[in-house]
Amino acid sequence: MARNARTELRLLARDPVLLVLLVLIAASVAIFVVYPLVRVLLASVQVDGSWTLEGYGELAGRRLYRNALVNSLGVGAVVGVVSVAVGYVCAFVLTRLDVPGKTLLHYITMLPIVSPPFVSAVSILFLFGFNGLVTRQILGLSDFSIYGFHGVVLSQVFTFAPIAYLSLRGVLASLSPTLEDAALNIGASRWQTFWKVSFPLSLPGIASAFLVVFIESMADFGNPLVLAGAAFPMLAPQAYLEITGSFNLSRGATLAIVLLIPSMTAFAIQRYYLAKRQYITVTGKPTASTSKIVSDPVKWLLYGLVLFFALLVAAFYAVILVGAFTKVWGFNYAPTLAHFIYVFQVGLNSVVDTLIVALVSTPVSGLLGMLVAFLVVRRVFPGRTALEFGSILSFAVPGTVVGIGYILAFNTPPFLLTGTLAILVLCFVFRYMPVGIQSGIAVLRQIDPSIEEAAQNLGASSLTTFRKVTLPLIAPAFFSGLVYAFVRAMTAISAAIFLVSANWNLMTVQILNQVGSGRLGVAAAFSIVVIVIVLIAIGIISLLVGRWSRHTSMVRFQ
Amino acid sequence: MTDSIRIVGVEKVFTAPDGSSVAAVKNVNLEIAAGKLVTLLGPSGCGKTTLLRMIAGFEEPTAGDIFFGEKRINDEPPNKRDTAMVFQSYAVFPHLDVFENVAFGLRLRKLPKAEIGERVGRVLDQTGLGPYARRSPNQLSGGQQQRVALARCLVMEPRVLLFDEPLSNLDAKLREQMRVEIRELQQRFGITSIYVTHDQVEAMSISDEIVVMNAGAVEQAGTPRTICARPATRCVADFVGKANFVEATVSAGGAVEIAGRELKLPATAGRQAGAKVTLVVRPEAVRIDAKDGLLSGTVKRAMFLGSVVEYLVAVDGAGDWLVDHPNPAETGLLKVGDTVRLTPSPASVHALP
Repeated sequence: MARNARTELRLLARDPVLLVLLVLIAASVAIFVVYPLVRVLLASVQVDGSWTLEGYGELAGRRLYRNALVNSLGVGAVVGVVSVAVGYVCAFVLTRLDVPGKTLLHYITMLPIVSPPFVSAVSILFLFGFNGLVTRQILGLSDFSIYGFHGVVLSQVFTFAPIAYLSLRGVLASLSPTLEDAALNIGASRWQTFWKVSFPLSLPGIASAFLVVFIESMADFGNPLVLAGAAFPMLAPQAYLEITGSFNLSRGATLAIVLLIPSMTAFAIQRYYLAKRQYITVTGKPTASTSKIVSDPVKWLLYGLVLFFALLVAAFYAVILVGAFTKVWGFNYAPTLAHFIYVFQVGLNSVVDTLIVALVSTPVSGLLGMLVAFLVVRRVFPGRTALEFGSILSFAVPGTVVGIGYILAFNTPPFLLTGTLAILVLCFVFRYMPVGIQSGIAVLRQIDPSIEEAAQNLGASSLTTFRKVTLPLIAPAFFSGLVYAFVRAMTAISAAIFLVSANWNLMTVQILNQVGSGRLGVAAAFSIVVIVIVLIAIGIISLLVGRWSRHTSMVRFQ
Repeated sequence: MTDSIRIVGVEKVFTAPDGSSVAAVKNVNLEIAAGKLVTLLGPSGCGKTTLLRMIAGFEEPTAGDIFFGEKRINDEPPNKRDTAMVFQSYAVFPHLDVFENVAFGLRLRKLPKAEIGERVGRVLDQTGLGPYARRSPNQLSGGQQQRVALARCLVMEPRVLLFDEPLSNLDAKLREQMRVEIRELQQRFGITSIYVTHDQVEAMSISDEIVVMNAGAVEQAGTPRTICARPATRCVADFVGKANFVEATVSAGGAVEIAGRELKLPATAGRQAGAKVTLVVRPEAVRIDAKDGLLSGTVKRAMFLGSVVEYLVAVDGAGDWLVDHPNPAETGLLKVGDTVRLTPSPASVHALP
């Protein structure tokens, strides 16, 4: 084995630029992904320099923390189940049934993915809060409280069901409908066909979607902070409050570790167990057949459910839009531009800062992601699996844990970064690179390696090959990596909230502050600005990537 | 400038992550003269592609040396070896048009624009791609894509041309046409070439020399005629065409005895009388007749193949033979169960050493 490693290194050394890049990437992953996690772990077992498990003992002993753990797990499980159910119905209807308006419904259903995490929380406050449109104005309730379990679940389902939808859409689209036809052909009823063929085939995909939503829910910070309320503690906001409220870094770190364990477990199951059990029945023949296993009434019932969810999404956004132009929601519905004027005067700094952070971190994150995918799939070097694991690890680590890790790791020399632009950019680059890496790896594995060998054979170095051949070929993955990085940089909160400073502030943090001080109108206006920027950016990115790689669509279908 | 190639004691052992290893190429020694086209021929898995990839630099030999001319090139990375390879899957860049595909390597060399345009234009004309210069590869047929891959290599005027089963994805008719074109272009450019294939007809038709490989080792190297007429081993004889292996006994004075009948075979004159010998009898080297002939037998199977009829004949005392009977339209067909007489043509029968 050691001899192998030496040969591999010698081969790499023939391409010095690549070797240097590889070392740099490996070192950065170690410093900016692994090292902060190590610091969190150390902080949780050390008090004033001595080793102790006191923190964990206290956690087990105090009811507040026990409740936080139970609440977070409970919310995660419920949100996972409901989101997967909603996502499955949407995915089934929009991929397999012949119903009108599929494209429009698809985009509406995906809208929550590109918006800041509190849009739903703010909408829910507008609709069901103490002065909510539904609860107070329409139903006249005065003692109804949206805060707690039901509020968080409602808001998270709305936020994460689209993620389940997207992942299940891929699963259902890759199942060959001829299997259903075959079952019907040999005499199974529609009901039997669904439960004995379609459902079992999509089961690994369902489990995988559940775990992804579970991870997201556990890590979610914004919705619980706004909607959980004091009587319903949850892990992520609690860790934040320990650090910012009582300056107890060690307690915060301990909570972060407790938060990390279920997330990492779910991630490990999803990645190393389920991923190998996905049934993909790609036959190379056209599979765009509509499903025959639902009768007409069932079809329209399912379609009704999808319409209802899409309408709900649309309503939430309409409420935000109206709220942003309304003087004081609940009391004075007169139209006003005051909230936007506030955003562009008082809040202008945070708008500019957010844009700078996003514009710097997006291309770096996108390019780095593609480079890592290229190295992992196409080059052999010692520690390849470790690099792949390290660079996608941050996908499973809750932002709160990352944020705490960064303030622990980069508060002292040699890495004194606190309060700088760099710490925000680095955090975003390494946190949002995994999606680009994953899709890059997936696309690259479908491309014949001899295309790149041909380039080398004609005299191109590894880096030239990457730039002139690989990158144009994996343009679709590059595009999704860029979009994801930008969207997340514009909408991130859980890690960023630990890293913002007076010099560098972000819009999402502003939204949270406005919600905290009850100025929902300003929060809504900020949200609208974020959404508009994100939509414009997606348009520009797709234009740029499309122009630069003219044959994108062809490459995708090769 | 083209080069001779010398391969000295080259080995390749692949080690799996679990520690098990497979020797894909075992102690191969070859000399290829400048300007010649040499084919590596063998069944799939015989190591021929691995050997080619080591010459191109995509695989590292576990042992041994490779020389281009006098220069040892083991430690040169693939992009510095000045070889040009035509891949089995063409590997045409799908994001570039035909012209840019062919210009790719020249642009990397930073040649002046005018020279690139002139050289690419010339090669496109020579390969019949002139009218398609601005087409995207997905608008081309398989044969045209193959020409792009070839043009992309020729335009580089490389020291060595490498072909990795370039025609295996084409249909039979196009394959025949392309191998004639490849041979003509190779001879016109005079570039040393190594051509990997598992198709013995392809190998026969384009090579100056054929190297037959099996299980990672070279079985025999020689001109197509030698390989076909004087195979060194049973394996080579079997691989380069259909063959009947007939056990015979050497009798005195340059003859052998098959099933009690004597056949004059001058090639065995030097062998000791009474020794056992294995004869390679090609199906086309046996005359089949209803009445006259050396050996007698019974037709077990008759298969009409258009230009010939292939009979399987149970020869009395000498096992089953495949026998080709040309021009069946004129001579008529034999039926299963008919008794026949067979006469091997001595000039075409080869005794294995």
